[in-house]
Amino acid sequence: MAKVLMKGNEAIGAAAIKAGCKYFFGYPITPQNEIPEYMSRELPKVGGVFLQAESEVAAINMVYGAAGCGVRVMTSSSSPGIALKQEGISYIAGAELPCVIVNISRGGPGLGSIQPAQSDYYQSTRGGGNGDYFHPVYAPASIQESVDLMQEAFDVADRYRTPVMVLGDGMIGQMMEPVEFFEREAEKTEKPWATNGTKGKRKPNIINSLFIDPQALEDHNHRLEEKFELMKKNEVRVETFNLEDAEVVCVAYGTTARIVKNAIEICKNEGIQVGLIRPITLWPFPEAAFEEVSDKTKAYLSVEMSMGQMIDDVKIAVAGERPVEFYGRSGGMIPTPEGVVGKIKSILGRE
Amino acid sequence: MAVVFQKTKGLTDKPFSYCPGCTHGIIHRLVAESLEELGLLDEVIGVAPVGCSVFAYEFFNCDMHEAAHGRAPAVATGIKRVYPDHPVFTYQGDGDLASIGTAEIVHVAHRGEKITTIFVNNAIYGMTGGQMAPTTLVGQKATTAPYGRDAAHCGNPLRVSEMLATIEGAVFVERVAVNTPANIRKAKKAIKKAFEVQLQGLGFGIVEVLSTCPTNWGLTPVESLEWLEKNMIPYYPLGNFKSPKEEK
Repeated sequence: MAKVLMKGNEAIGAAAIKAGCKYFFGYPITPQNEIPEYMSRELPKVGGVFLQAESEVAAINMVYGAAGCGVRVMTSSSSPGIALKQEGISYIAGAELPCVIVNISRGGPGLGSIQPAQSDYYQSTRGGGNGDYFHPVYAPASIQESVDLMQEAFDVADRYRTPVMVLGDGMIGQMMEPVEFFEREAEKTEKPWATNGTKGKRKPNIINSLFIDPQALEDHNHRLEEKFELMKKNEVRVETFNLEDAEVVCVAYGTTARIVKNAIEICKNEGIQVGLIRPITLWPFPEAAFEEVSDKTKAYLSVEMSMGQMIDDVKIAVAGERPVEFYGRSGGMIPTPEGVVGKIKSILGRE
Repeated sequence: MAVVFQKTKGLTDKPFSYCPGCTHGIIHRLVAESLEELGLLDEVIGVAPVGCSVFAYEFFNCDMHEAAHGRAPAVATGIKRVYPDHPVFTYQGDGDLASIGTAEIVHVAHRGEKITTIFVNNAIYGMTGGQMAPTTLVGQKATTAPYGRDAAHCGNPLRVSEMLATIEGAVFVERVAVNTPANIRKAKKAIKKAFEVQLQGLGFGIVEVLSTCPTNWGLTPVESLEWLEKNMIPYYPLGNFKSPKEEK
């Protein structure tokens, strides 16, 4: 298929439909509105259902109901709306249902702003709801990658019976880029656990996250943990760039990583070698990538559109072996390559 | 020897977790019998709430979802939109439906979702230990209203059926009670009717069932039935608030 110019939000919707998603439940919030708008226009054409819920809370519980029926289903929202969905995401994780949640994130806390931000790292990667759970979080850096990861997200959700989050900042949602949709068979997964009526042929299926017996809940948590370990082993995605001779290794995800690449280019022209670790999965975090760093590297620099959240995972991965510095902008302010370069020079004492 | 009564296939063999004298057991039976008599057990998908009937998924002999507190109508919406040809029901208490889940119940009716809701109103939070509900009567004592519900402090009890009957998409709304054999028979008729309305694809249907909570009311089961009759029915009048037009 030829390349087409598309807005991020619409491309995400198109990719979801190509991945076999036929059900969308959502609620309006900026800057993700083009996703539900696109789905309301396109899903009926493929025999699917778009339904605007009365709230984000209702939307995620509709997703819970539909996911329990064994179909590919998604919702999308933006930061404060995702906060409202966290209860449902916890239930979905607990009941082990597959679904995809898109967060086109904006500034916070509270009502915050409608401008791009990456201050949802914690609520995305730490299990924003109650209980011991994690779910994969994909952080695309381009519209093309958003499209590719949507298909991946639905496959991984089915494979592991888990909610999967695709976390794009407002820029991913709002900018336009040429994108190509590669035809790819959706992974087929049997869902014998789904509720679709017993037909008198099997025992009732029950979608549930309640385990009132303490031992039963602990056993359930151990099973979930085994699944999380399996995802950590198999589903990590990362891009590394220019690590060999880097004096400073930046860590950045999403559109921030593209700004950092520009900063790396500027540094190169000035004779400073800088590398990049770009986590594509924020959970599982690509800890192994940090082992590829050479002895020449003096420090890490976590660059984020937040006051510093991913830096915690960087510090865990680095385990005290080198200093971990931070550079970030927040509130919808975008880091500039020059700002990043300035911070790199200050780390190296070359101002 | 002729069989004159037997347990419905709509219930599993799991012993109920309800307190002695609680009327949830009767209501479960009425729902299960209705599903069996209408031949729906192989197709139906139910949604259990949070509250005393949280384990309803262990008692109804059909596919079930356990929902978060108050969210059963949203979960049921997700199910029904995937399987429009399958009957779907929610079973919810008054804390679940009339307090934390008011948005969900109003909008499931507003959209005219073709589902059936069984709303068990016992005027109190049972499972958490007798706290005040939006349905607790004025003057009625609860663990969070130890001096009795004071309307000046927290308003008058919410009449859910009357409220929902004002919504276009709600096509069948009836309030029943299970305090006497005659009322139990009427309740069964209403529940069955609500499922039939769903099968006809006419819209949202709800049956509010006035129920007892001897444990948290601090009354014996028999006293509870009398208390329901003397106190609840005058405030929550029984009857049909809405039926599909041709049926009237």
